[in-house]
Amino acid sequence: MKQNYQEIVKKHSPKENVLMNAVIAFITGGLMGIVGQLLIDGYSSWFDIPTKEATVCMLVTLIFFSCLFTSLGFFDKWVNFCKCGLIIPITGFAHATMSAALEYRKEGLVTGIGANMLKLSGAVIIFGVVSSFVFSLIRMVVGLI
Amino acid sequence: MTFKFNDVYINDTSTITGPYESEGPLGKYFDLCHKDLYFGEKNWEQAEVKLVDEAINTLVNKSKINIDNVDLLIGGDLLNQIVASNYAMEKFKNSFIGIYAACSTSTLGLILGASLIDGGFINNAITFTSSHNTSAEKQYRYPVEYGGPKHKSTTFTSTGSAAALLSKNRSSIKIESGTIGRVIDSKVGDVSNMGAVMAIAAADTIVSHLKDTGRNIDYYDLVLTGDLGIYGKKILKEYMLSEYNIDLKNYNDTGVMLYDLENQPVYAGASGPACAPLVTYGYVFDQMKKGKYKRILLAATGALMCPTMANHKLTIPSISHVVSLEVIS
Repeated sequence: MKQNYQEIVKKHSPKENVLMNAVIAFITGGLMGIVGQLLIDGYSSWFDIPTKEATVCMLVTLIFFSCLFTSLGFFDKWVNFCKCGLIIPITGFAHATMSAALEYRKEGLVTGIGANMLKLSGAVIIFGVVSSFVFSLIRMVVGLI
Repeated sequence: MTFKFNDVYINDTSTITGPYESEGPLGKYFDLCHKDLYFGEKNWEQAEVKLVDEAINTLVNKSKINIDNVDLLIGGDLLNQIVASNYAMEKFKNSFIGIYAACSTSTLGLILGASLIDGGFINNAITFTSSHNTSAEKQYRYPVEYGGPKHKSTTFTSTGSAAALLSKNRSSIKIESGTIGRVIDSKVGDVSNMGAVMAIAAADTIVSHLKDTGRNIDYYDLVLTGDLGIYGKKILKEYMLSEYNIDLKNYNDTGVMLYDLENQPVYAGASGPACAPLVTYGYVFDQMKKGKYKRILLAATGALMCPTMANHKLTIPSISHVVSLEVIS
């Protein structure tokens, strides 16, 4: 019997193990959360600063190490294994930005890094700003009622 | 469109590869394998230029021909404006035709070279092609250090360059005929499933080759496709059987052969313009000369993918060019 090409393609397209990926992301993402919380607690007790400032310090620490590990060349393997466990937290944003910066460094500071650094992560910033504006608007309207 | 060539031979070939290819099962069949992906150059693009340069120089040294006596060079690669080939050609004084047929560049080059030689326009030609994993990755996919997860059907662009010297001088491998393919809309839009994009083009050109030559598929001891990968290979086999009632028994895919799929991080297998000629010139020619295969049909397959068109939500067209190669005793 003749089969449609699309049907054959569908038949031989590998299935991604969604459940397994979700479990890995859940565990590694959870561990990332624990690391973040420990850093916040640590910073606020060591430096005697409020939680809000300790949170900023935690974010900077995670960004710094994501960028450093990306530059040292092994963070991509971690991200590949942990998937959304490392992509969704700030580590994913830092990794995407840093990898693009490394890639385009050789094309110059302005035409290379400047123009391409946010190639992957620019969308996160744009839609982050847009959605925060929309939600603030909703909050304001709801507050007025 | 099939051309039959009376008197064109592949006199010599050269194969240069990167580290992943040399660590694969066919590593020992290549002329030169580099450990570092930069090849001593500053960036990925220049590294690919160096690959092309080395492939041609190695071929010239191996065949002991004077490069000034080569009438024409034909080649292409995957990068925008085929820069690897164009920049490599700056060093050579020979006439040059740059071609782009994605990963089917190698067989298109062989067909064009053989046609010009058999037509009596030129005496000899060098055809070459190259691909570089990281320069292609940068241009078509993500930054090299980005580790976002990939689909199982993704192929791994091979790093390498292969060149062949064609002429009327009799030698063991003859280019018997060639079929130029047509662009086919695969109706597949998934940029991470190139095997599915290209299998339909391979089927189309192989079938028109068999039709034009009046041959049965069993005429060939080995049918090779370019870089369909594990899943594309399965798709082609099933599609050929279902659509054309052709059973591909002695069939393999160079994308499946180049790497150790179990132990190397290459997902569905190798791809890139260099994949088909590296395996064919390196391993398959060796086996042909040893008598394992007498006649092979090489169908290099190219996915004519462009990230911009993929963003426009268009499906990916593909093409395949086929050459028939014979051992002359």
